Amino acid sequence: MTPRNFREDFPILKREVHPSVPLVYLDSAATSQKPETVLAAMDEYYRRNNANIHRGVHVLAEEATRAYEDAREKIARFINAEKSREIIYTRNTTEAINLVAYSWGRAFLKKGDLVVLTEMEHHSNLVPWYILAEQTGIELAHVAVTGDGLLDPDDYASKLARFPKVVAFTHMSNVLGTINPVAEMAAAARKAGAITLVDGAQAVPHMPVDVQALGVDFYAFSGHKMCGPTGIGILYGREELLKAMPPFLGGGDMIKRVELGRFVANELPYKFEAGTPAIAEAIGLGAAVDYLSVIGMDVIHEHEKALIHYAIDRLEEVPGVKVFGPSADKKGGVAAFTFDGVHPHDVAEILDRRGIAVRAGHHCAMPLHQKFDIPATARASFYLYNEKAEIDLLIEGLYEVKKTFHS
Amino acid sequence: MDDLSREVIIDRYQNPHHRGRLDPNDIAYEDDNPLCGDHILIELRVDKNEVVTEATFDGHGCSISQASADMLIESVIGKPLEELKNIKKEDVLEMLGIELGPVRLKCALLSLKVLKAGVYGIEPGQASDELV
Repeated sequence: MTPRNFREDFPILKREVHPSVPLVYLDSAATSQKPETVLAAMDEYYRRNNANIHRGVHVLAEEATRAYEDAREKIARFINAEKSREIIYTRNTTEAINLVAYSWGRAFLKKGDLVVLTEMEHHSNLVPWYILAEQTGIELAHVAVTGDGLLDPDDYASKLARFPKVVAFTHMSNVLGTINPVAEMAAAARKAGAITLVDGAQAVPHMPVDVQALGVDFYAFSGHKMCGPTGIGILYGREELLKAMPPFLGGGDMIKRVELGRFVANELPYKFEAGTPAIAEAIGLGAAVDYLSVIGMDVIHEHEKALIHYAIDRLEEVPGVKVFGPSADKKGGVAAFTFDGVHPHDVAEILDRRGIAVRAGHHCAMPLHQKFDIPATARASFYLYNEKAEIDLLIEGLYEVKKTFHS
Repeated sequence: MDDLSREVIIDRYQNPHHRGRLDPNDIAYEDDNPLCGDHILIELRVDKNEVVTEATFDGHGCSISQASADMLIESVIGKPLEELKNIKKEDVLEMLGIELGPVRLKCALLSLKVLKAGVYGIEPGQASDELV
């Protein structure tokens, strides 16, 4: 199947963003576009099945419950979780990581315990731990990023030698594009006695992920970056760990029984799903998983590898452009770059006039930008619906930036 | 964006007239635009009648944030501090002479927010968008 076929699945890619200027969407690392099948699944739910889930005995409640739980099964299979009760619905990756930091962290970490993070983390895998550190006095350490955008293996080993209780790191950097050796890192962490949490927000949408083969304890990702809707994310956790954890949010659905003054928590996965959840969104994510599975994650990964190789080659042709991160063979479809003498925001605005959507800023990774001593970068990121011709348009746009700023 | 105004903005960005530092100063304030990482520091000297005698800005960011700071600084030299409290966002936008969307508006108005926070003596880090 060629990329052309994928494009036709996404209604938004047919629109013009300015008169006679078609959309060139290079911002999928922020959020992906949605295929027709996902939109249809959510529409169908609201038109035919809308009801609150669980406990209802009427037809709509049963249909809604089944669709919601079917989606959980699909997601479990998609990342090869052993059991579907190891799949917890959250709002997004951020909430999934917060769930672990609050629930597991408060129950099992005490003052002086070490949590190892990395310098390439998104704020979502830093700040929950910083909040926990303020409240409990846990220690934090950050694995260094090398000049070419990789985690420093020697520094990682030296952090593990301090016997951390938790090692939390990203599968793929949302700025550098670096794909970390998760299985190797998780095995080393386990040997050192630590549990692992992996931020998979940039990985699950773009490559095959098998949580059992990776050997991780917790794995978090978001629906909206993988062709699904916003407002739905996933926390995968090994059952043994989830069982031992206290609830996160309290309320309806997460309890087995409530009496005045006490409660008994529900079983997994409901223990962590308080209140009416994002039902349509969960169903939409199930449809997204179906969509991606039919194409094949290996096909998508190969397509994006070809794009990033081409993009890096072409970007490096443009005088004044500097791309951050490792060489193309070590990264996913993300190219963050600076342009000599031009702020990334200005780059993004000139590109926008040509219909090209890129992101400019610190991409929620301020410490990483501080490390490289830059306030911001512009970032082009790719997905299955992008094609080389769009990268050519990006490069043409960058030559216009150069002309505009006489640089 | 109007091309002529854009030329002026890019020229101001690349060749600012008032970029620098004042040490000592009577008023200094700085703030960031967390959305895009723009940073502006404004420093003022005033005479005994509380009239601005010298003013500079420093910082980094996009062309709009830096050019608007340069233009704003130019407009405040020689004015009484009390008068600076009356500068409105429309005044800054008029100086820039371009139409801006909501995101770029934050870039354009950062310098005014910093200036007013300094004049009002707001605690560091407490400047609010209500100032503009």
